[in-house]
Amino acid sequence: MSTATLEPAAHRSRPFAWVQQSLTLAWRNIVRIRQNPEALADVTFQPIIFLALFLFVFGGAISQGGGWRGYLPQLLPGLLVQTVVFATMGTGVGLNDDFAKGVFDRFRSLPIARISPLIGAVLGDAVRYSLSITVLMVSGFVLGFRFDNGVGNGLLGMLIVLLFALSMCWIWVWLGLVMKTAQGVQGIAFLVMFPLTFGSNIFVPASTLPDFLQAFVKVSPITYLVDTERALMSGGALQKPLLITLAWMVGLVAVFAPLAIRAYRRRT
Amino acid sequence: MTTTNQVAIEAVGLVKKYGSTTALAGVDLSVPTGTVLGVLGPNGAGKTTAVRILGTLLRPDSGHATVGGYDVVREAGKVRSIIGLTGQYASVDEDMSGRRNLIMIGRLLGYSRTQARARADELLERFELVDAGDRIAKTYSGGMRRRLDLASSLVGNPSILYLDEPTTGLDPHARNGVWETVRNLVLDGTTVLLTTQYLEEADALTDSIVVFDKGSVVANGRPAELKAQAGKQSLDVRPAEPAHLERVAAIVAESVGTRPSVDVVNTLVSVPVTDGSSMPVVVRRLDEAGIAVTELSLRLPSLDEVFLALTGHTAEEKKSDAVLEGASR
Ligand SMILES: Nc1ncnc2c1ncn2[C@@H]1O[C@H](COP(=O)(O)OP(=O)(O)OP(=O)(O)O)[C@@H](O)[C@H]1O
Ligand SMILES: [Mg+2]
Repeated sequence: MSTATLEPAAHRSRPFAWVQQSLTLAWRNIVRIRQNPEALADVTFQPIIFLALFLFVFGGAISQGGGWRGYLPQLLPGLLVQTVVFATMGTGVGLNDDFAKGVFDRFRSLPIARISPLIGAVLGDAVRYSLSITVLMVSGFVLGFRFDNGVGNGLLGMLIVLLFALSMCWIWVWLGLVMKTAQGVQGIAFLVMFPLTFGSNIFVPASTLPDFLQAFVKVSPITYLVDTERALMSGGALQKPLLITLAWMVGLVAVFAPLAIRAYRRRT
Repeated sequence: MTTTNQVAIEAVGLVKKYGSTTALAGVDLSVPTGTVLGVLGPNGAGKTTAVRILGTLLRPDSGHATVGGYDVVREAGKVRSIIGLTGQYASVDEDMSGRRNLIMIGRLLGYSRTQARARADELLERFELVDAGDRIAKTYSGGMRRRLDLASSLVGNPSILYLDEPTTGLDPHARNGVWETVRNLVLDGTTVLLTTQYLEEADALTDSIVVFDKGSVVANGRPAELKAQAGKQSLDVRPAEPAHLERVAAIVAESVGTRPSVDVVNTLVSVPVTDGSSMPVVVRRLDEAGIAVTELSLRLPSLDEVFLALTGHTAEEKKSDAVLEGASR
């Protein structure tokens, strides 16, 4: 008996097919968001509610006489960082869910580049992060926030916070791939995210914190990202926080992207 | 290219272990191009494991397999471009509509937007999902999900198709639809490997059958050959009074000439028969003895009985032993 060698269809073996495959899978993640708007609550309503709560509840006390209007230029760049950092954990939860539901089995049985589903997931989430950045900035503008340091710098600030999210999401991609359940990923994420964002200069000046917390704030990347955002959006020293932030971004990608890709290869 | 004589799927000595569980203990398979192979076996026999290895989702611990001439481990990409796989559990994206699921796969396979849409429409039509096509798949019933999953595996017109229990959970109408689809695909030259728990399904669709048990192939052949080995039909008698079980068994034994098996738990006496000729005799004897029965039927052998005949033990031997011990105490 001879063995028949069946020719793979020609249309499937184009160069750069993986780019289109990744874009298709990113599109999938966007469609999922559109068909499932309640899943967007964490990047839409949550930032608005946080903004309103912190501004109106703490604004008067923290800005010492400036009222909530005086607190807004300080709060908004910080809240932007918190919102986006929180949004990154959704990436890991989503990936974990896709594996659990067998969606990845379908992808893996198709003749597509192995890495496309992972790139698609990250790209699709970039859209989610952008959305949350936009929602928060628009709410800020409605309440009277302005880019005091020029529109160009303000927009650069939005871009940098997006890039930071894309660097940080590799932590959650990795955890999403190595942990058993989506709930587990979420649990860890909250455990890390709350101390990381509240133990920072987002809501109050770092100088008001006790010494041990100040020591933590000094090394936390959140602090430098927040300083960068404030400098770009409202003015202030930029160079040092920007360089440290960029270094953190490179570091996060250098450590967690390879870990995530290794975990991904192991599971696929 | 002649399709006769050529092998679409060939597996030699496949072994897969999960810790101390041996899912496959050295399985050989060979499926000629354009034919349908049925893989039968009880729960845990290793059917899904075999399908996942042949579908490149799992690597064997040892042994090797070629699909369409390509090695499933070393040339997995090429294998994927000629196969379609419908797993035992539907792998559809629940957060998208059925139509979008199909369009997405078309796009991943390199179809243009228009082509992908046309293909999606065609498949929705074929699987009677047109009305539900734009609904999010989360709202689909189990059967609809399975049909969408099956449609998903056909987007790329695969020349080799794996179906892992494709009709489990489908209503009779949908089941017939799947059978019809499989038959049409085979007419077009597709090679199909399907697993099933139903002898009837294997009988209706397959050219040959392999029976798995505990990770090994315990029998193979054409459906008719296997059934001949298993005895053709089975006569079941269920007395109204459990106390009459022994007497019914004796009557059946005398009338048929074979000792029946007695299922104490289900109050059922059954015996393999070649045809229905002994049925009137049994009815008359029971009537004379004044024993009322709630069921008297002639049926095809069940998978379990085929198993018993083929392997000398039932699929759930340990369990039924335990029940008998319990009953005799
Ligand atoms: N991921 C896994 N981890 C551990 N054991 C597994 C895993 N997958 C399968 N097994 C074991 O391997 C054996 C074969 O499983 P498999 O799913 O191939 O059986 P099957 O014939 O498809 O059964 P069913 O009819 O229930 O679908 C079983 O004993 C099962 O418990
Ligand atoms: Mg199975």
